[in-house]
Amino acid sequence: MAAKPSVATTGERPAAGRVLAPPGRRLAEVIENRASGGYRIFSALDRSGPEPRAGQFYMLAAADSWGAGAGRPYLPRAFSVAEARPDEGGVRLEFLVDDVGPGTARLAALGGGEGLWITGPLGRPFSFPRQLAPEAAGAILVGGGVGLAPLAIWRRELAEQGVPVRTLLGFRDREHSGGIDLFACCEVRLASEDGHAGHRGYVTDLLGVLLEGSDATSAAVYACGPPAMLEAVRAMTIDRGIAAELAMETPMACGFGACMGCAVPLAGGGYTRLCVDGPVVRADRIETAVVEGSGHR
Amino acid sequence: MSDPDLSLNLCGIRLSHPILNGSGTFDAIAARRAFGEAIHERFPFSAFVSKTITPAPRAGNPPPRLFETPAGMINSIGLPNKGLNGFLAEDLPRLVELPVPLIVSVMGTSAEEFRLLVEGVAEREGVAGIELNVSCPNVKSGLIVGEEPSETLALTRALRPLTAKPLIVKLTPNVAAPAEVAQAAEQGGADGVSLVNTLKASALDPATLDPWLGAGRGGLSGPAIRPIALAQVAEVAEAVAIPVIGMGGIESGPDALAFLAAGANAVAVGSANFRDPMAGERIRRELADELRRRGLERLADLQYQGLSPGASSSST
Repeated sequence: MAAKPSVATTGERPAAGRVLAPPGRRLAEVIENRASGGYRIFSALDRSGPEPRAGQFYMLAAADSWGAGAGRPYLPRAFSVAEARPDEGGVRLEFLVDDVGPGTARLAALGGGEGLWITGPLGRPFSFPRQLAPEAAGAILVGGGVGLAPLAIWRRELAEQGVPVRTLLGFRDREHSGGIDLFACCEVRLASEDGHAGHRGYVTDLLGVLLEGSDATSAAVYACGPPAMLEAVRAMTIDRGIAAELAMETPMACGFGACMGCAVPLAGGGYTRLCVDGPVVRADRIETAVVEGSGHR
Repeated sequence: MSDPDLSLNLCGIRLSHPILNGSGTFDAIAARRAFGEAIHERFPFSAFVSKTITPAPRAGNPPPRLFETPAGMINSIGLPNKGLNGFLAEDLPRLVELPVPLIVSVMGTSAEEFRLLVEGVAEREGVAGIELNVSCPNVKSGLIVGEEPSETLALTRALRPLTAKPLIVKLTPNVAAPAEVAQAAEQGGADGVSLVNTLKASALDPATLDPWLGAGRGGLSGPAIRPIALAQVAEVAEAVAIPVIGMGGIESGPDALAFLAAGANAVAVGSANFRDPMAGERIRRELADELRRRGLERLADLQYQGLSPGASSSST
């Protein structure tokens, strides 16, 4: 059985508390790796860790052939968890990966039975709508490309709490799409830049329509996706006074506050560490969602 | 055979084993947020070296701050910290709760700034020692203190009378003769030296060919620099009588053993912490295994071998 999660409550409401990670990395076992559109979804069985909260992430590294050959990858890679369910012998964790560099290529090629080093769950999870704004009763999820991953587990957590959810997902083209089967249960609205699915254009076009309504502030917005999309969501929600949280990504060496590499500029000046103060941040806390350097994988 | 005794006396600080962390590669306060009390119950190092404190708060460099390289990484973090007062008020009370001795790393841009830092930190209970980060320019001379034996001598000489607590000078590898800088530190009254800091390094954005890092360039760490670090540690250990803390790409017990055999009294783990928060614990266990395999009951029985051919026969 999975260990009972311990929850840090200092300075946070218990419902939004982060689940603490066991210290150190541990070996999980890859149990499945399947294609999903142009991406891969791989699952691993974590035999000793707790069940994570939506929005939290893990540092991942293949147990074998990590850094062999050309010497990269050297560092583990940060991945938001896409789904996590108690399973026989532990917690089954799912991750969505797009092969864009040596680290993601290795993870995309993981086979069943392989070892996967994991550290986590790490970071600050999503907050429920009422924790962000008293008038927010529902949730609007906005996902772009591979960034839809944390919204899948968040959608489930919200539904379990009886929070009404509207889900908007956008993709560049057919090749850069996938992960929709993580939302197989439920209704989603799609946008694609090449028009292969749903609205031809950006997912933020769909968000714009929803936010035109007079009841727009009755929902909080949760977004994860490419920096330009997150920046558009940040600007749209701040302009309209709508509570929003963004699940962000920056290069990260450690994931637990040591390396100081994952600096995100704050609205009031200075930087915050995305690994311990994020990866989920309030849209109005940061200066921009476009942080240089997130392309090197 | 029972577990070998890994304890040592480092510059007057009693340590249960020789594995420390490199400054800036482990944040004990943030680690407690991520892992809870468990990280104190199983603290991976025998002493904790804080990230570097400067007199005034610093925000750090603009991102990107990291670039992964073959078997390593370049960082240009820019020493973000709360400044001396912020450190003393907010961080120190939490760091003294650690189950191991605390060594505070400080950096100033003049002897006056260093004096302010050493005086501010040294008198505090719970501070076991001070590491001087001298990889910065002296604003008066324009020279990087740690690159000039004369600057290093003058600085350690100026700071030595301020405290009876151990002063450890962190040496840069970006010099032709690190041993000369180490000797200057020893002559100035330092209790120990630690090396290596990161090697100057650059990376370009492959698409635009502009510098990748927000600050233009940074420092290389990880296994990529281990052979360079080992050579410098041996050279410095040969040249000084004060204790040497060796570091640079240490990832395993055999790596740690190599640095100890080359003359280091203790070692520090840096980039490996990023890959596994408990890397220090594993390296300590593996080091104990290495000593046991060699029939050594105590770390102190490991004989310094140096790197010169035939300088010494096998330690067994």
